[in-house]
Amino acid sequence: MTIKQKIKKIPGRFKFLFLILFSYIIIFFFSQSLVSEGIEKTYLMLFNIMPMLVVVLIVMTLMNLYIDSGKIKKHFGNKSGIKGWIYSIVVGILIAGPPYILYPMLRDLKNSGMKNSLLAVFLYNRNVKIAYIPVMIYYFGLEFTIIISVAIVVFSILNGMLIGFLVKDEIIV
Amino acid sequence: MNIEKAIWKSLNNLKTMVPILIGVLLLVNLVTVASGDIYLKLFTGNYIKDSFIGALAGSISFGIPVTSYIVGGEILKEGVSLLAVTAFILAWSTVGIAMLPLEISFLGKKFAIIRNIINFIFAIIIAGLVVWILKII
Repeated sequence: MTIKQKIKKIPGRFKFLFLILFSYIIIFFFSQSLVSEGIEKTYLMLFNIMPMLVVVLIVMTLMNLYIDSGKIKKHFGNKSGIKGWIYSIVVGILIAGPPYILYPMLRDLKNSGMKNSLLAVFLYNRNVKIAYIPVMIYYFGLEFTIIISVAIVVFSILNGMLIGFLVKDEIIV
Repeated sequence: MNIEKAIWKSLNNLKTMVPILIGVLLLVNLVTVASGDIYLKLFTGNYIKDSFIGALAGSISFGIPVTSYIVGGEILKEGVSLLAVTAFILAWSTVGIAMLPLEISFLGKKFAIIRNIINFIFAIIIAGLVVWILKII
């Protein structure tokens, strides 16, 4: 096997990581402080999201144990009706953690039958974060906070409709 | 499915995320450290142009939404329009250019790209709507 073939065989996610690490090595020769600050910030971020990853792992395990694809299809699938939209809005608002941590769980849900439109609704409503509302009120006022929160919920439905219309439901491997 | 199998399935799923997550965080933090107080320098004072710039700046930024409120609140104090700031905080949490590789690998290319484009457009529309409603009430 040639080197070219070997490189081709490396999964894309590792190629991406190597590319970023290579960029860090190049930048190191020009600014050591930039590289060390970047690494330090990344380390702190990873450290902070560890507890959340554990929670996600537990939730995913429980989902694998107790929620079968039939239930997902019932609540978030093609025949879920208006209840599916309401569930997606409520769960989207209530669930904590950055979206990238939730992606593996969402892929499981999608592959178990969750519609793309409801996935989009769920993701959009993650922007109404109850815990952050006091900060938003402090900076922008109560009226602004109420209007923008309602607008996000309303537009999440439009968002879901558009995604449902434009993107076909498919299994992600 | 038994518990052992369920744990392994979940671990395998999470494992695929690790290289992209580390890569994206390294990239985002490098850009954040290098850019410093770039946000304030981006805005021009033009109402329409600034809302687009706000949405664009929010799209390439990364972090918990509360950070965007703080940054947005500060640039609002510096005289940037509420329209631009609203587009900025909306795009910050709804559009994730830095997270796109991760979203594509888990939820599909078409879904991720179209969703982010729609969210970008919505950030500008909602910003306009919010500011308009605030003016009339």
